[in-house]
Amino acid sequence: MSRPSIAVGDTLETRRFEADSVQLFLYNAAIWNPHRIHYDLPYTQQAEGHPQLLIDGPLQGDWLTQMVEEWLGEHGVLVSFTYSNRLAAYLGDVLTGAGQVTECDEQGATLSLTLNNQNDKTTTVATSRVRFQARA
Amino acid sequence: MSILTDELRALIGTEVAPFEFEISRNDIRKYAVATGQRQQRYLNGDEAPLLFLFSAMMPVIPLSELLPDGRQPDSPLIPELPLKRIMAGGSEYRVHGRILPGQVLVCRQKLSDLYEKQGGSGPLIFMVFENRFETRDGEPVVTEYLTRIAR
Repeated sequence: MSRPSIAVGDTLETRRFEADSVQLFLYNAAIWNPHRIHYDLPYTQQAEGHPQLLIDGPLQGDWLTQMVEEWLGEHGVLVSFTYSNRLAAYLGDVLTGAGQVTECDEQGATLSLTLNNQNDKTTTVATSRVRFQARA
Repeated sequence: MSILTDELRALIGTEVAPFEFEISRNDIRKYAVATGQRQQRYLNGDEAPLLFLFSAMMPVIPLSELLPDGRQPDSPLIPELPLKRIMAGGSEYRVHGRILPGQVLVCRQKLSDLYEKQGGSGPLIFMVFENRFETRDGEPVVTEYLTRIAR
């Protein structure tokens, strides 16, 4: 498979993520996470002092892997992914994922990604390395 | 002055007993739907997305053993530290192979590093846990370095 036409500075198509309470419930059920801050609003507000239910950090990490893989298509595979949650994200927040190519060579590319909330504050940052190859 | 004592540093390298995690097509499909996934191979359960592995780290224990905040008790790898508030610090994943339905993965967990930094509002202790996912034959699939921060 020929190497796709990719250059440093290329940007990924942005994607909007807005989890509702159904998605938040299903995600936490799927990963078997019983932490009340994701479904028990009175507890979340009164005991933990948050204004709203929290969007899981790993869910935000997953969203950024989706952006990388959608951009990459059938041209390669993920070889590494690093993410860090910087700011709490809450139910009702509108998160926008963005990314760009920071390194690129014959073998692969490195991407830098962010999720920003509706106030343009970054909730999650990530970097990912992909290797160009045909998917098996 | 360091808040990490020699006794605490001696815990670096501590491992817990490995556990097995069976990858089910149905679990992958549920995860894919719940995360808003758009790739058909994940929606079909033909392969699991990388962060599906986060669910492997959630122990299935009786309701009576859950904490008042709903959580499962912390991993025994978390040492008794002088700083008590534990926060997530992020994860680094190195991917060696695909995660496929029907696989039984062995997860080997280790406290791989402990270090401290001075934060804006006081000292911070960083705990790095290595979670190695491999097949029963010992083929590496994914290695995760998960950081948690005590403050």
